[in-house]
Amino acid sequence: MTTTAARPAAPPRPLPDEDSREYWAALREHRITLQACTSCNRRRFPATPSCPYCAHPEWSEEEAAGTGTVYSYIVVHRAFDAAFAADVPYTVATVDLDGGGRMVARMDTTPAIGARVAPDFVDHPEWTELRFRDQETA
Amino acid sequence: MTTIGERSSYVSGLGQSAVGRNLGRTEMSLTVEAITNAIADAGLRPSDIDGLVTYPAGGNGTAKGGFGGPSANAVQDAMGLRLDYYSGSSDGAAQLQALVTACMAVATGLARHVVIYRTVTESTAQTASGRRGLSLGDTELDGEMQYRLPYGALSATTWLAPLAQYHMDRFGLTREQLGQIAVVSRANAQLTPYALMRGRPMTMDDYLAARMISTPLSLFDCDIPCDASTALVISHVDTAADCPHVPVQINALGTASWGRPSWDQYEDLASFPGRGPAEHMWQRTDLTKDDVDSAHIYDGFSIIVNLWLEALGFCGTGESGAFLEGGKRISRDGELPMNTNGGQLSGGRLHGFGHLHEAALQLRGEAGERQLPRQPEVSVVTNGAGSTVGCALLTRGLA
Ligand SMILES: [Zn+2]
Repeated sequence: MTTTAARPAAPPRPLPDEDSREYWAALREHRITLQACTSCNRRRFPATPSCPYCAHPEWSEEEAAGTGTVYSYIVVHRAFDAAFAADVPYTVATVDLDGGGRMVARMDTTPAIGARVAPDFVDHPEWTELRFRDQETA
Repeated sequence: MTTIGERSSYVSGLGQSAVGRNLGRTEMSLTVEAITNAIADAGLRPSDIDGLVTYPAGGNGTAKGGFGGPSANAVQDAMGLRLDYYSGSSDGAAQLQALVTACMAVATGLARHVVIYRTVTESTAQTASGRRGLSLGDTELDGEMQYRLPYGALSATTWLAPLAQYHMDRFGLTREQLGQIAVVSRANAQLTPYALMRGRPMTMDDYLAARMISTPLSLFDCDIPCDASTALVISHVDTAADCPHVPVQINALGTASWGRPSWDQYEDLASFPGRGPAEHMWQRTDLTKDDVDSAHIYDGFSIIVNLWLEALGFCGTGESGAFLEGGKRISRDGELPMNTNGGQLSGGRLHGFGHLHEAALQLRGEAGERQLPRQPEVSVVTNGAGSTVGCALLTRGLA
């Protein structure tokens, strides 16, 4: 899609689909829901219509506290899209949530690997973003 | 006893088009050049070719990023080929899936002389699209990208850099150790006629001074887009007596996908999905890592090499830093010469096929100025990094 020069490009945004609708709708309410397999009980992310660990086709939606541990992180110095040009440098962390599920999301600070994090909810006009906050430097 | 059907196949011909930046050529023109060279190199005529396979297929054109290359169908028409088998796919063992498919066509008897090719015009495409390599603003995303791109995790750099950071934090990988991949590749490129970085040597200090792209990966940890096509002829071993070169046999393929095939959901991110095909390949051969004389390791980003070295068992998990220390081991005269054409980091992003081509050339003993001082008998080739991965073991002569 072409962008106009009159305003900066908006960042790309998620388009909720059949599988992801529940997740994005819950974030809008500042809640985090994950699918949990009703056979092996593992939580998973992102949403899928069958369990990636045991193939069971049924699940329940569980609410996660959103606390977790930083598995790893990066600091992006080169924006590959104009929408993020004003943001560099920015941090993107890979977080293992307590209770299961691994997510990738922004952080406002640069953490250490292994840092404990808690969720923040950032409301954009059309969607709500999950961010993580370093509990040790906060 | 497992059937190792890939041993019915050998590399009979090698072809490379012009390699460069902003060549302004069409993907079809480059493809026909590479294939014509490969067929002639095999001592064959176009009428001998009965199979044609590419990765990823698509024929999506330079205007759409220059990634796809022309479809087998389109090439058949352009060259007037009469094919008993053709295929193209991006699903499977990464770029090596084209080799896998060719071996299967040969083993089943669907074809005897299969051309495989990979064409990229990413340099011309990225120049044409200006400063922005991607154009994502104001778009809505579904599929797995809805969970990455809205956060500004926009490229494979940002998906792989966390693995590099983890190796540094947990295993003590240093930038100097990681940098040996780029520095040794650059040295190798000085001997490679087509390498984009020939004539531009690089020191470790140069590497360390480069600007960061996504911490801890800097400019020289990333491969260089180019315009090129690479082609090989894969033939049935029954025809080897007619081949004008030392036949290079496909000893074993690794095509497995075990665990979640994902940049970030793979169970143990200290490793990566390449572990599956690596183990799969070693199960299909009596050869071991100690038999390998040269390694041609996919290097879209330097850290991928670390992950493959560990997955293939050249060193343990987390030990690739020590393995690379000083760079001697992976140099031309080291115990495991690696990416002898400069790889994608300094040769150009031939996207997997450059490694395959170079492995076969070294095994033949026809690499010219850059031929390894110790003639390799066994070489390993790996392709891919994230969700699709594959590897192959090649030998000089038929077993
Ligand atoms: Zn399950």
